Amino acid sequence: MKKILIAATAAVLVTGAGLLSASAADKLKIGFIYLGPVGDLGWTYQHDLGRLEMVKEFGDKVETTFLENVSEGPDSERSIEQLARAGNKLIFTTSFGYMEPTLKVAKKYPNVHFEHATGYKRDKNLATYSGRFYEGRYIQGIIAAKMSKSGVLGYIASFPIPEVISGINATMLGAQTINPNIKVKIIWANTWFDPGKEADAAKALIDQGADIIMQHTDSPAAMQVAAERGKLAFGQDSEMIKFGPKAQLTSTMNNWGPYYIQRVKAELDGTWKSEDFWGGLKSKLVVMAPYTNMPDDVKKLAMDTEAAIIEGRLQPFKCPIVGQDGKEVECKGGTHLDDGQVLGMNFYVKGIDEKIPGK
Amino acid sequence: MGLIEAIILAVLAASTPLLLAATGELVTERAGVLNLGVEGMMIVGAACGFGGAWLSGSVIIGALCGIGAGVLMSLIFALMTLGLAVNQVATGLALTILGVGLSGLIGSRFVGEKISLAPHLYIPGLTDIPLVGRILFGEDAFVYLSLALVIGVWFFLYKTRTGLILRAAGDNHTSARALGYPVLRIRMFAVMFGGACAGLAGAYLPLAYTPFFIPGMTAGRGWIALALVVFASWLPGRLVIGAYLFGAVTILQLHAQGWGVGVPSQLMSALPYLATIIVLVLISRARTGGSTAPAALGTVFVPDR
Repeated sequence: MKKILIAATAAVLVTGAGLLSASAADKLKIGFIYLGPVGDLGWTYQHDLGRLEMVKEFGDKVETTFLENVSEGPDSERSIEQLARAGNKLIFTTSFGYMEPTLKVAKKYPNVHFEHATGYKRDKNLATYSGRFYEGRYIQGIIAAKMSKSGVLGYIASFPIPEVISGINATMLGAQTINPNIKVKIIWANTWFDPGKEADAAKALIDQGADIIMQHTDSPAAMQVAAERGKLAFGQDSEMIKFGPKAQLTSTMNNWGPYYIQRVKAELDGTWKSEDFWGGLKSKLVVMAPYTNMPDDVKKLAMDTEAAIIEGRLQPFKCPIVGQDGKEVECKGGTHLDDGQVLGMNFYVKGIDEKIPGK
Repeated sequence: MGLIEAIILAVLAASTPLLLAATGELVTERAGVLNLGVEGMMIVGAACGFGGAWLSGSVIIGALCGIGAGVLMSLIFALMTLGLAVNQVATGLALTILGVGLSGLIGSRFVGEKISLAPHLYIPGLTDIPLVGRILFGEDAFVYLSLALVIGVWFFLYKTRTGLILRAAGDNHTSARALGYPVLRIRMFAVMFGGACAGLAGAYLPLAYTPFFIPGMTAGRGWIALALVVFASWLPGRLVIGAYLFGAVTILQLHAQGWGVGVPSQLMSALPYLATIIVLVLISRARTGGSTAPAALGTVFVPDR
């Protein structure tokens, strides 16, 4: 009996030591904080695909941990700190609402590097990163105007924040290049995620005459309604063609993998620096799903537009931009609106009849 | 299809899960048990309902799986609150938290899969009648089932002896027990019925509303169902009115936005909840004959031996 015990203890010790040396000495520990479940098929799902792509790239050199369903605000601070204390050297916090908590934990752990998605507060060990999703929306606008028979687009929006408003504007600016009289009906769902409500909003838009559905909410519900009603739609965040094989025109997808690979590589090489990264189609942080369910000429137009944006020949927010009030918007970026104006956008462009809620 | 018809169809669909879950909770509460775990039972019902339908290819099997899952969840609640006499409010809240986690676990392998929606009824001749045909004879079976269920519950509560006993257990468990009725057993069946209805309500979402499963897809509908029971002042008839009113306000506010009605959308989204509060105030102001809360609601009963 005693012998067995000793043998068992020894075995445990050896295994334990083995684990310790493998994880502590060789591997870079990387943590992720997710807003939703990894299976949300939208925002968090895409971040997790990025994580997996990065793990595939570095294999044994990294060890990743993620915490999902972490609600925004003060509660997230504990989760972020937990990852820092567990020995993670690089921590990605993947939602806007983690901004203050990340900043706070970053100050407490100066030797850990943090990266916060879609925020604007940085520190020497805290970088920020986000996507120029409006570039994809501009292409969607062009496709929508080409494909719409009724001349009315249906737009399901989440919350009236600059990211969503710049998406609506980019869509309309794109659409107006094809049809200057195009109309958009906007329904604010006041949620990022409620499949039932998103489906109801899509139904309401279709019943009111919209024949192209686009969304800035996270579930594939709207796509599915469009498919059921024989209308066309755009996906959001991720590939949604499965929910509308005959309905999806394309989808503006968030592709975080290359960025995560680049940042982890910098960390491994010891060249990590706090930066602000705002990548679009060019850096492949934003990618378009295959252009489907449209004639070849529309497809070509979409691809040409995409190429023009990538090469920098085309700026979605090219001046002059006329606001809803008929006045021209100040052009701070020379030939186009500068990043600050896009990041803080709180006006509708001319051609949108509705008002921004609460304004 | 005319716009009004489309709106009515959307309202019927949006109200059905609320009506189903609220009907179950009404019976549970009438027996004197407050189960705040409706949301948790619903979401597990959604996960199992989708799983069942996806694996078997049958909507009916999916619905049965949803019901079964709801019953199993409610049995946990029954064991805690009836068997061990634990606080009902705390247990109900814990059941919701458990359900949200459990559904994610069960549903993780189904995420990204798709099923075909429950078929809509079609009776040649009747369904083709303009305007009313689609509404009266062209919905999915759950819509009719939910209405039949409310009528059945009304009949049971007010026209049967067993229903009377159930209400007695909810109003005064000590007296009911003194008369020789098995209070705990009655309550257990009431809790199980509530679980079955919540499970079915949850399963309705992936089976007939949006044909996929995503964690958290009930999005608070269980809580609305709980509020509806109070809104209806524990009367089945008012429950139908409440559920359809709630569905109507939800759908109409979306349409109002599409029409460009100049009211902030945040206020529109809050309308259904505002309506609930206003009706609650009105009910408590004008207490004319209507039923109020079961007297023993939420109180633990330990029979003396």
